[in-house]
Amino acid sequence: MPLTHLERLEAESIHILREVVAECDRPVMLYSIGKDSAVMLHLALKAFRPAKPPFPLLHVDTTWKFREMIAFRDRRVAELGLDLLVHVNPEGKARGINPITHGSAVHTDAMKTQALKQALELHGFDAAFGGARRDEEKSRAKERIFSFRSAQHRWDPKRQRPELWRVYNTRKHKGESLRVFPLSNWTELDVWQYIHRENIPIVPLYFAKSRPVVKRNGGLILVDDERLPLAPGERPVMKMVRFRTLGCYPLTAAIESTADTLPAIIQEMLLTTTSERQGRVIDHDASASMEKKKQEGYF
Amino acid sequence: MAHRSALIAGDILDYLDSQEHKGLLRFMTCGSVDDGKSTLIGRLLYESKLIFEDQLAAVAADSKKVGTQGGELDLALLVDGLAAEREQGITIDVAYRFFSTEKRKFIVADTPGHEQYTRNMVTAASNSDAAVVLVDARKGVLTQTRRHSYILALLGIRHVILAVNKMDTIGYAEAAFATIVADFRKFADEIGIRDVAAIPLSALKGDNVITASPAMPWYCGPTFLGCLEALAVSESLDAQALRFPIQWVNRPSQDFRGYCGMVASGTLRKGDRLRALPSGRESNVARILGPRGDLERAVAGQSVTVTLTDEIDISRGDVLAAAESPPAIADQFQATVIWMHEEPMLPGRPYLLKIGTRMVTASITSPKYKVNVNTLEHLAAKQLELNEIGVCNLSVDRPIPFDAYADNRDMGGFVLIDRLSNDTLGAGLLHFALRRADNIHWQALDVNKTARARVKGQRSCILWFTGLSGAGKSTIANLIERRLHALGRHTYILDGDNVRHGLNKDLGFTDADRVENIRRVAEVSRLMVDAGLIVIVSFISPFRAERRMARELVGPGEFLEVFVDTPLADAEKRDVKGLYAKARRGELKNFTGIDSPYEPPEHPEMHIDTTQIGPDEAAQAVVAALERAGILAPATDDQWSL
Repeated sequence: MPLTHLERLEAESIHILREVVAECDRPVMLYSIGKDSAVMLHLALKAFRPAKPPFPLLHVDTTWKFREMIAFRDRRVAELGLDLLVHVNPEGKARGINPITHGSAVHTDAMKTQALKQALELHGFDAAFGGARRDEEKSRAKERIFSFRSAQHRWDPKRQRPELWRVYNTRKHKGESLRVFPLSNWTELDVWQYIHRENIPIVPLYFAKSRPVVKRNGGLILVDDERLPLAPGERPVMKMVRFRTLGCYPLTAAIESTADTLPAIIQEMLLTTTSERQGRVIDHDASASMEKKKQEGYF
Repeated sequence: MAHRSALIAGDILDYLDSQEHKGLLRFMTCGSVDDGKSTLIGRLLYESKLIFEDQLAAVAADSKKVGTQGGELDLALLVDGLAAEREQGITIDVAYRFFSTEKRKFIVADTPGHEQYTRNMVTAASNSDAAVVLVDARKGVLTQTRRHSYILALLGIRHVILAVNKMDTIGYAEAAFATIVADFRKFADEIGIRDVAAIPLSALKGDNVITASPAMPWYCGPTFLGCLEALAVSESLDAQALRFPIQWVNRPSQDFRGYCGMVASGTLRKGDRLRALPSGRESNVARILGPRGDLERAVAGQSVTVTLTDEIDISRGDVLAAAESPPAIADQFQATVIWMHEEPMLPGRPYLLKIGTRMVTASITSPKYKVNVNTLEHLAAKQLELNEIGVCNLSVDRPIPFDAYADNRDMGGFVLIDRLSNDTLGAGLLHFALRRADNIHWQALDVNKTARARVKGQRSCILWFTGLSGAGKSTIANLIERRLHALGRHTYILDGDNVRHGLNKDLGFTDADRVENIRRVAEVSRLMVDAGLIVIVSFISPFRAERRMARELVGPGEFLEVFVDTPLADAEKRDVKGLYAKARRGELKNFTGIDSPYEPPEHPEMHIDTTQIGPDEAAQAVVAALERAGILAPATDDQWSL
């Protein structure tokens, strides 16, 4: 019986996780709490069983994540008995950088890109796992599984190391690092199928529920806490909504949906006509914006 | 198509269940520039409804700006990712695409057609089960087509779909198609690709991509997608002997020691007798831990953790193999090397070689020949340049278990890594072991290095002087030898100029010759250290890699690097031999410091700044340092032996 596509993807991801642990001094897993992180963490638990994953989790907290995400994060980490590091950009916090007054570009750069670099340097991590997939976005489609970053965390698409067979070059000088993407070859559908098959816990925000939202620039924004300023006369309305991706709540649009089970979510995903990143504000900034952000050190 | 299935809207659980048992095909596309690869993949994604509306809107906008279809939807833009590529209108890196049908999930590696990016094609081929070779119906089989097919054959791809594209531009002519197919089959036969499926199509118009084309009733074969779905990729790896390269040893407690890895070939069963290589120790499989609990057996491609019934010493890089058919072990090989870096491959230079989960140091002798991939002709070569492919002899610093690449990709495929920059420089395929190493044994001698050094009242070592021409290396070396001689020590100076009159008189000043020059001197120095001498080497030796190689030939503490540091301007002003003047006039090529680089040592044992101290003072300082290092006292403990 040949391996199914999910079994092949799973085996490849486990191989990648182990290769980093075997060759790098101080790996860390970026845990963004979303469904891809959930799958990546699940694979890490499998890869090192009966031991626990021999690296900590790192959450770069922009302080604007949905409250349900933070609650889910803390619950999961406690259940599994894992090490979690939470990093917030201290200067960004002191300056009160937020997506509402500073806009998504400034907020993302300070609270995600810069914060991530700070955290990696602070702890001296030489390899960081990320849950990015090649099917998400065009520039991701060309990135290596083991993506080399300079001491300034820059990605140079013209100088990527050739990646052959399953032989990964993890060599680097002090200060340089690797970003490693174990889910490179998974698609959004694979991720959902795997979550379904393996019964992986995910943040309840992925499931439809009646939630208070306001309409902004054609998207539905969840009024997650009192920090979201309402325009004069603007009133949150209760709608059955769910999220396809999770980020900072003022930057992540909900979709109207009644899908409140995993099969229903998958069904909806298969029948939809827009891609998952459509709900993200940052990709629309400029046509090549993701590529540019990645060169600057964004994950 | 996945997204059209009636099951999705009807019974999603049944649908999910049906998707559980889907297989996976990894294939690549290759062809010349403008053959329409990106358009073909764009069309597959578009027609299989895998393009979302927001993505389509972005492409429609791009089509108006940079599209090649006069503002019409340019499907190639769906797959041309990087900004630079969109501007130049060519694909410069491998892009991975994903789609699935009822029968299979596909991972497509879209590879560049442009000549200078051959390395990306090799990269894509290394992970593909099959390949699509695109040919423009108007142009037929081109040099590029041959080059790419040769690389496919070399990398072990046995299934090829020949997609003859742009049939619409030749009026869907059957005869033209037949000629192209015959041409290609003849070449494919020569290089050992037996399984070729040929399909006439038009990616632009959609003929024979997903649905059979009414414009080509003479063609009764499968459509392009139909062919991809049906392609039988042999599962022959499972039938081979077991190979399990150890990736990581999992040892959470005293009670558990598991060996993690991916089964490279064969089947691993509970109770199997296994042999660990290179140690040769044997044991039986106690447990196999899979991703969903314990397994009775694991097949090629599965990542598992194995425990054994005996405690034997195994570490990362070792291979567990079927006890009755273990792989060979060797340290000298014949291999094909594909060079992927702007810096050429230099024979004799030590590189890191990673094969499976093992890292060793390797050096390559002169290539036996390089291959003209257009004509398959063998050409003489001294080194390999970017994108060149050569057959070479290769030696590694310790014996490794291996299989021929043709039998097992994981056990015979390797990459070469630069020891200083850490760049991946090339890839290679092991063919067979060279028996040379077996026939020349080390003769064990009764009188060893320590004994020879001791009767001379010293410890033997290499004093390696490096620096620009005219820095004063020879002057200082000479003064040191005089001092040591006066102290009754046994020395010998190997001087750059002198050695070039004899041993190295066949060598010039190209980078490759400079590497060989240093390699020979390093080997001679090693013999002299073994003879118990204090060897003083005075060579410009401009490259770090070779100085490091010399250092690693002898034992710890036996290599003392002396950096004679003179600014280029000073050396040029002095110009005792008049060489700088000649070089500046262009009469002397490859002169260090002028048109050939000098890489200063990063951590020399001694650093002589000639702007601060004169030759006498320098010589005195070096001798004092030797005294402190115990070199001038008789060798007592066992020195590292050859």
